[in-house]
Amino acid sequence: MKAQKFWPWLIVTLGAAYFLIPLLATFIFSLRMRRNEYTFDAYVSVFSDPKFYATFGYSLSVGVFTIIVGIFVVVPAVYFVRLRMPWLRPFMEFVTLLPLVIPALVLVYGYVRLYGSSSLIPFTGSILGTDILLTCAYVMLAMPYMYRAVDNGMRTIDIGTLTEAAQIMGASQVQIIGNIILPNILVAILSGAFLTFAIVIGEFTIASLLNRPAFGPYLVGIGTNRAYEPAALAIISFIITWGAMGMINVLGRFAPRTSARTD
Amino acid sequence: MSASNANRRIHWDSLAVFPFVLFAVMFLFLPTLSLLGAAFTDREGNFTFENIADLFTDQIMAAYWISIRVSGASAILGALIGLAITLAIIRGKLPAGFRSAVMTFSGVASNFAGVPLAFAFIASIGRIGLVTIILRDVFGFDLYRAGFSLFSFWGLTLTYLYFQIPLMMLTIAPAIDGLKKEWNEAAQTLGASPWQFWRYVGLPILWPSFLGTLSLLFANAFGAIATAWALTGSNLNIVTVLLYNQIRGDALQNPGLGAALAVGMILITSFANVIYLVVAARAERWMK
Amino acid sequence: MPAFLEVQNLVKSFGTNTVVKGVNFAFAKGEFISLLGPSGCGKTTILRMIAGFERPTSGTIRVDGEDITHLKPNQRQLGMVFQAYALFPNMTVGENIAFGLKVAGMPAEQRRARVDEMLKLIGLLGFDKRYPYEMSGGQQQRVALARAIAPKPRLLLLDEPLSALDAKIRVSLREEIRAIQRDLGITTVFVTHDQEEAMSISDRIVVMNSGNIEQLGAAHDIYNRPATRFVATFVGQLNTLPAGVLAGTPGERAIRPELISLAPRPETDLTLTGTIADLHFLGSVQRLRVDIGGTLVNIDTFNNQTSPLQRGDTVTLHLAQKDLLTLGA
Repeated sequence: MKAQKFWPWLIVTLGAAYFLIPLLATFIFSLRMRRNEYTFDAYVSVFSDPKFYATFGYSLSVGVFTIIVGIFVVVPAVYFVRLRMPWLRPFMEFVTLLPLVIPALVLVYGYVRLYGSSSLIPFTGSILGTDILLTCAYVMLAMPYMYRAVDNGMRTIDIGTLTEAAQIMGASQVQIIGNIILPNILVAILSGAFLTFAIVIGEFTIASLLNRPAFGPYLVGIGTNRAYEPAALAIISFIITWGAMGMINVLGRFAPRTSARTD
Repeated sequence: MSASNANRRIHWDSLAVFPFVLFAVMFLFLPTLSLLGAAFTDREGNFTFENIADLFTDQIMAAYWISIRVSGASAILGALIGLAITLAIIRGKLPAGFRSAVMTFSGVASNFAGVPLAFAFIASIGRIGLVTIILRDVFGFDLYRAGFSLFSFWGLTLTYLYFQIPLMMLTIAPAIDGLKKEWNEAAQTLGASPWQFWRYVGLPILWPSFLGTLSLLFANAFGAIATAWALTGSNLNIVTVLLYNQIRGDALQNPGLGAALAVGMILITSFANVIYLVVAARAERWMK
Repeated sequence: MPAFLEVQNLVKSFGTNTVVKGVNFAFAKGEFISLLGPSGCGKTTILRMIAGFERPTSGTIRVDGEDITHLKPNQRQLGMVFQAYALFPNMTVGENIAFGLKVAGMPAEQRRARVDEMLKLIGLLGFDKRYPYEMSGGQQQRVALARAIAPKPRLLLLDEPLSALDAKIRVSLREEIRAIQRDLGITTVFVTHDQEEAMSISDRIVVMNSGNIEQLGAAHDIYNRPATRFVATFVGQLNTLPAGVLAGTPGERAIRPELISLAPRPETDLTLTGTIADLHFLGSVQRLRVDIGGTLVNIDTFNNQTSPLQRGDTVTLHLAQKDLLTLGA
């Protein structure tokens, strides 16, 4: 019996070493700003930089808008396609897979060309327009994850039967979505939301190409100018990501269990 | 579902699906098509193959090639290592609760990409990184004198594995859960060794999912730029960095060539997907 | 006859929970044995210990004189059929059947011949290129049977192989399994919770309850001479008549529904009167529930075309003293 467990343990130990050593090393590195002494100076330096708050706040608000727009785009579409237009499903699957195949960098190149200041829809002509374009780009970037989260949520609760049951009892379309579907897939939506947040918060490429003062470009700037602050910022980012993922995990405990009928 | 049946409902339903379709058109299809058009248009607006032909310069080909190598290596290694770890966790009879902890960590690590990841690796195995220093001072092994560099092919691959392995683990875990315990038991009673079970049953069943994830990992690494950018600035000649510089300031001094570069990237990731679809279709004959 | 499959003092505990509590039995070569009992009685655990998937806490298992208690499953040369078919989905029917032969190193030519032989045996000749998903449950389970017996195992283990199937196929397949088993003379252990299934195909039945053997014997013995109260109530239908229902018989008695009739028979020497509380028409048989002063008694009578009974009818029941069972502990 002991020998059977040797290989699993070896593999897991090596994997753990690969994943934990950089974290540990980064953390220790971030404490060594002062010579021969371990201090949190790097963190103090990070947290006393007003640009840290400005850029983080900016990314945070773009993230919130991304989540809101994402929900409005994805939830009704998934609901009606599942319920009444199953023939559109392959199209949806295709669309939500594309952002995984077409690099974000390529898409943003397309946006810059298509929605430039002299174009028909000049998104980049104004600051507000650029912010809107950035939000839309993030919605597209997070689409595969949002779609899958919501789609899984709807599959688990068997929306077809729920909707029919509600209709027989005389509920209107709006009541069905608002009172029955949404509360039941809330956990799924929130999971998608936190995942979206984790993707958006440190995003660099699109924000920097659209010249917006987001957290990702700020990080790169720090990286080129400083030595110890980047390590501190890596640890802070890791904790933020962990927080977002941890929320998904906590939420998972409140998710409705699969109904009796599974498909 | 007859057409008339669908038509009766079309009013309400299309309204709900409209934002989704609009988004797909505006932020997915049109931008891609516009690049495709630009790639085949010269400065005067005439149709041309010039831009495509111009891709075949040493610099651009080298950029594509190193991108393909880094993405291929990090995808294949990430898939194999990720598979091994996931198998060890799910089928290795490790303590209960271990799995959910590891999977949560994978969720975090697969999203811990981009700039912070680069910072972490610089702090660990960069020139003055902690691991580099410890290896040198304690074990007398100078990583950089031995030829390693974080800003090289292997350095980038090693860094990419940090999000590739967890992504593999998250996507392949459901497939491994789908392997029924009875298949293993049936194989055992029929006299098969554990190796024979994996050779003839376990791995062939996982193969389509494995390939699918492999192509996902490839595209994931191929399109990545933030990590490479933060690691090396514009030093490393990978295709995303080249395209980034082109978008920023027309580094190639030819918009059409930039579009062709982007279209080439789409072609390569699509090609990876097509290979997957073809091989998977062959491997999936036994599926419904 | 020398014992071919022999189990001695077999015990299995999971932590503090002992699910098999010292079981002994010995069977001859070629016997068809059923392990029958409710879920959780330990029957599946015994089968899995014979197969080698569970390690006994103590006790020995012998096949053909060889102690296999500590052998790995793949060294035991046993065939097993699972409840959920467990065919390898990535292999065709032919490849599934050939799998055991392949890992044993049999040359391809001989494998092909053996596969054809097996397909013929299960009546699926020509299906060898199909994939499992292209076949019905009954067909899949026949393939699983063929796969299990293709390498000529010493013992065939069947773990509730019929429970996932439709009622009709269940009956026809169990007859087929029995016929093939007789044909090949292969010693077979069949686990089931369905007493009708066990009685219809077994040479002998091991009735189990909470880790112990309650009774071991042929179907006829177990049904007509149940050793314990558990066996009497678990196997077949049974009416329990509390003390006082039958005049002149002190204490509780029990009787099978089919041994009570509405008309006197030569051997009947007792009568009871009651009203029909309920009746179910089951086709050839009619099941009546008769209320005898508060005690409900089930009676099976043959279908009578001429005089249909009604709820509320008063009927006289005839039964024989010798058919009464006294239930033990």
